Amino acid sequence: MKKIAAVLLILVMATGLMAGCGGEKEAGENKTVYVYCFGDYFDPDLEARFEEETGYDLVVDLFDTNEEMYPVIKNNTADYDVICASDYMIEKLISEDLLSEIDYENVPNSQNLTDNIKPFMEAFDPGMKYSLPHTWGTYGIMYNKTMVDDTVDSWDILWDEKYDDKIVMPNSMREGFMIAAKKLGYSMNTTDESEISAMTDALIEQKPLAYSFDNDRAREIMIGDSAAMAVITSGEVLYSKEYNENLEFVIPKEGTEVWTDCWAIPKTAKNKEGAEAWINFMLDGEVAEINFEYLTYAIPNKAITDLMGDPVLNPSEEVLANCETLKNLGSEADDMYSTYWKKYKAE
Amino acid sequence: MTKKIFSGPFLIFILCGTLVPLGVIAFYGFTDRSGAFTLDNITAISTSEHWQALMLALGLALISTVICLVIAFPLGLILKDSKLSKKGFMVFIFILPMWMNFLLRTMAWQVLLERNGIINQGLGFFGIPALNIINTPAAVVLGMVYDYLPFMVLPIYNALIKIDKNVIEAAYDLGASHAQVLGKVIIPLTVPGIVSGVTMVFVPSLTTFAVSNMLGGGKVNLIGNIIEQEFTASSNWNLGAGLSLVMMIFIVISMAFIEKFDRNGEGSVI
Repeated sequence: MKKIAAVLLILVMATGLMAGCGGEKEAGENKTVYVYCFGDYFDPDLEARFEEETGYDLVVDLFDTNEEMYPVIKNNTADYDVICASDYMIEKLISEDLLSEIDYENVPNSQNLTDNIKPFMEAFDPGMKYSLPHTWGTYGIMYNKTMVDDTVDSWDILWDEKYDDKIVMPNSMREGFMIAAKKLGYSMNTTDESEISAMTDALIEQKPLAYSFDNDRAREIMIGDSAAMAVITSGEVLYSKEYNENLEFVIPKEGTEVWTDCWAIPKTAKNKEGAEAWINFMLDGEVAEINFEYLTYAIPNKAITDLMGDPVLNPSEEVLANCETLKNLGSEADDMYSTYWKKYKAE
Repeated sequence: MTKKIFSGPFLIFILCGTLVPLGVIAFYGFTDRSGAFTLDNITAISTSEHWQALMLALGLALISTVICLVIAFPLGLILKDSKLSKKGFMVFIFILPMWMNFLLRTMAWQVLLERNGIINQGLGFFGIPALNIINTPAAVVLGMVYDYLPFMVLPIYNALIKIDKNVIEAAYDLGASHAQVLGKVIIPLTVPGIVSGVTMVFVPSLTTFAVSNMLGGGKVNLIGNIIEQEFTASSNWNLGAGLSLVMMIFIVISMAFIEKFDRNGEGSVI
């Protein structure tokens, strides 16, 4: 009996503790904006500037992958006012009715958006009702001029045995399959099992040539001359070239993935106006420039189009015509992709 | 009653930090996405890609444990016999790297081992052929040994210094050779330390995903990597939890192992 009492006591204490934590957050209601964003995805100096300009307090929490963020929003374990997420995840959140529509009245800076991003936004958020872009980019091949003699213009070069053990492949499932899909002429959003199986075979054939599978570290490997080629996102190019002038970047002619990371407001947001103030702030021309200098990722803002003169960051319409955006395929197709990806990694 | 009050924080910790999460993992592991009961996540271990990853993880963990033991035991003997002032310093040197985050230390190996990394630049300077072990199982084993060696050294060292000198002297007095003293006196008396060292190296090596991710370059796919992927990338918590439950069987086996040998609680030293 005493034992039961002790356990009950503990439970009461524990819930008391949790309630205490929750209460603290309520107190700041409507004056604080809670942002949930990818790690290191805007210049941290801007936090103070936002607080000064808008009078809101700002709390920023970070995550690494969309998949980590998703259950937090889905189960509403923390009340975030504004989140940053990638295209396919925005689509998933919209389909599950987890986002609220943005009131454009409160986001006048949305007129700063460049037109070339809009078709890609439409693909996952028709009418751009729920999300506004933060950064965007493409995937392509970064290569070292001194190690590659051939013209790099096609994904096929990743299958060239000349570059055995000199190629860095992406370590993320959908990007890996994207390469194979484009090489074989499929859609990167295919859910046809025979196509996914063919893509897996193509990837397995390429696998022995890979030096490593890396995402964030690929640029360091390239800068250090440890590999000849890497599949990398366009945002890493300026940074890498600064440290190694022999690096070049090409978007293969078969087309590639255009990705967009967007701001959106969860349905459960307690401070929707504050969230819109944050999005508006991020879309400001001057802020976009500061973020661009900090991130070197392309930002679709009219105020800095001249900074985006580089075809790497601002691909021509012909190049973009071949590109696709990742679509949310549903958990059944996700599981199928995941099974084939594990087969590929196990080979 | 006072005793109970003092054990309160510990009970809360056990409840919130161990039992509740374990229950949640079991819940996810035995259900599918819709919440219906299923055993599929547990039996998934038998599919070839999961089984292969488990076997590779077991193999690499075993190799690193053996290497750690081979390094740590003689080291423990040296430490035991060195002078008192030196002893403290040597142990300190061994614990020192543990003050740094192990991810940072593993990352340092990445920079060292990279094809054009510091080691290969140094070797190239002297005209020695480059060492290409990065992104291979060998690099992963190296990382495991480096990261977990102190966990082997300390329990063995602790077991060794507890051996009564008189016991060893008595063995020599009775005519035992060096080899006999080592084989029949010192090693049997060190077994509890060895067993807890083995467990403390084997279990984290078996479940790691950070070391294999960083030094294996995504090419060395251990069961830990698969579980991590299910949670962070594939959004299939149920499968990830199911596979974690299977892994727990191995942890339980090693706990049973330690329980059998380590009666004196040497393992509690760390």
